[in-house]
Amino acid sequence: MELLIILVIVIVIVVVFVGIYNGLVTRRNRVDEALGQIEVQLKRRHDLIPNLVQAVKGYMGFEQDVLTRVTEARAGAVAAGAQGPAQQAAAENMLTGALRSLFAVVENYPDLKASTNVMQLQEELTTTENQISFSRQHYNATVLDYNNTIQTIPSVLIAGPFGFSKREFFDAEPEAEAVPNVDLTLS
Amino acid sequence: MASTFYGQIGANKRNSVLLALAVVLLLGLLGLLIGWAVTGDPRAALPSMAIAIGVGLVASLATYYMGDSLVLASSGAREVTAAEMPQLYNVVGELAVATGLPMPRVYLIDDTAPNAFATGRDPKHASVAITIGLLQKLDREELQGVMAHELSHVRNFDIRFSLMVGVLVGSIALLADFFLRFSIWGGAGRRSRRESSDSGGGGIQAIIMIAALILAILAPIAARMVQMAVSRQREYLADASGVELTRNPYGLERALAKITLDTEPLEVANRATQHLYFENPIKAATGTSRSLFSTHPPALDRINRLRELTGQPPVADVSLVLDPVAQAAALRNPAPGPLS
Repeated sequence: MELLIILVIVIVIVVVFVGIYNGLVTRRNRVDEALGQIEVQLKRRHDLIPNLVQAVKGYMGFEQDVLTRVTEARAGAVAAGAQGPAQQAAAENMLTGALRSLFAVVENYPDLKASTNVMQLQEELTTTENQISFSRQHYNATVLDYNNTIQTIPSVLIAGPFGFSKREFFDAEPEAEAVPNVDLTLS
Repeated sequence: MASTFYGQIGANKRNSVLLALAVVLLLGLLGLLIGWAVTGDPRAALPSMAIAIGVGLVASLATYYMGDSLVLASSGAREVTAAEMPQLYNVVGELAVATGLPMPRVYLIDDTAPNAFATGRDPKHASVAITIGLLQKLDREELQGVMAHELSHVRNFDIRFSLMVGVLVGSIALLADFFLRFSIWGGAGRRSRRESSDSGGGGIQAIIMIAALILAILAPIAARMVQMAVSRQREYLADASGVELTRNPYGLERALAKITLDTEPLEVANRATQHLYFENPIKAATGTSRSLFSTHPPALDRINRLRELTGQPPVADVSLVLDPVAQAAALRNPAPGPLS
């Protein structure tokens, strides 16, 4: 009879342990997936920009330098992908600034504003910028859930010994806190 | 109400669960009294409750699985693609990224009254619908607020939750109805007199019978009131969860104000589906209806709870939300605070 009770207790402990361990693995995987999604959105932005430049080039003969700046910033952002998160964030921020300058200038061209092509691309870029922000937000939400789980009882007892460590939130780099420069000069 | 969306979300979830438990208790009490009154034996409560719940459950499972298509068809919604409505599709797509869930199906309702709803038994089978009237009125930020609210209904499993509460409330109505018919036909009275001559507990039996009768009349009404209270809590919860997604209460606030100020009734809605909509489409009263039988909280309360999240003072009238000049004037002459 005592053996039966001990057996039941052992089974219960094992079941609880398995449940907690699986929960930790699931949450950690969600964090990794969310991180990958950010890259997906950033790449989508890189891919959209050549189309945008092509669409406005015909209308905006004078504004070559704005277009050049956008193209160069894009190339910089693509290259920075391989250099690490700090350089990547800085390069993406420069690209955001260049794009904002471009759309500020678009306001001066009524023909361009009326062009459905450009409006579609503007919507595409708006949604891409939003998706980048939301994917970073979602990443932070998964990190919060994961960190909460590995730090609270009872999962904290299993997290440590099995190598589940705290993850960092996505933090906008100091460069990203600077307001992007919107250059409206025609020189 | 709390001043962070986490706090509001927690409070709303707790309240709706407590209310649902109240319905369970009511069902239990009714079953106990009825079983006791009818058979003179308290242990007869279990089978009577089980039968009532069983019937209700079978009826509801059908709606659970076929519910979405039924509701969408009955409201005349038609599915749209990214090519047809790029901005609407993108707005919903951004929220799908924020939740990390698959993209829901997007439907358009051909009605000029402004409203929206979401349906889906779980987040992987979600659909959102919006009227052309609403789409025309809102800007991108407001549209995102409304869609976030709707998707949150699906994320919080509100369809499932409301269904469960609905089953319980329906069971209470069934049980009460059955009992009242039974006792009118005199069956209970006869049996209780027979029991009392055997066991001598006639006095208690009569009291229980009266109590059961009273409860059988009142319980369905009370249960319905609780069900409406649950629905209102889930609406507040969807508001707060929507803010959790967008991190921007202003869009939702303005959208609520715009919808409330438009008094055109939604032609395709009816009482069966009204609880699914963003704002109560049965506009018999004005936006300030505080009826205990209302599926939606008053728009003004929803707006003021959202304003708490950003530390803004509450407004006394919905139109002030859209009128920045009036708001500025109100700020210059602030209402006295709690400690002044």
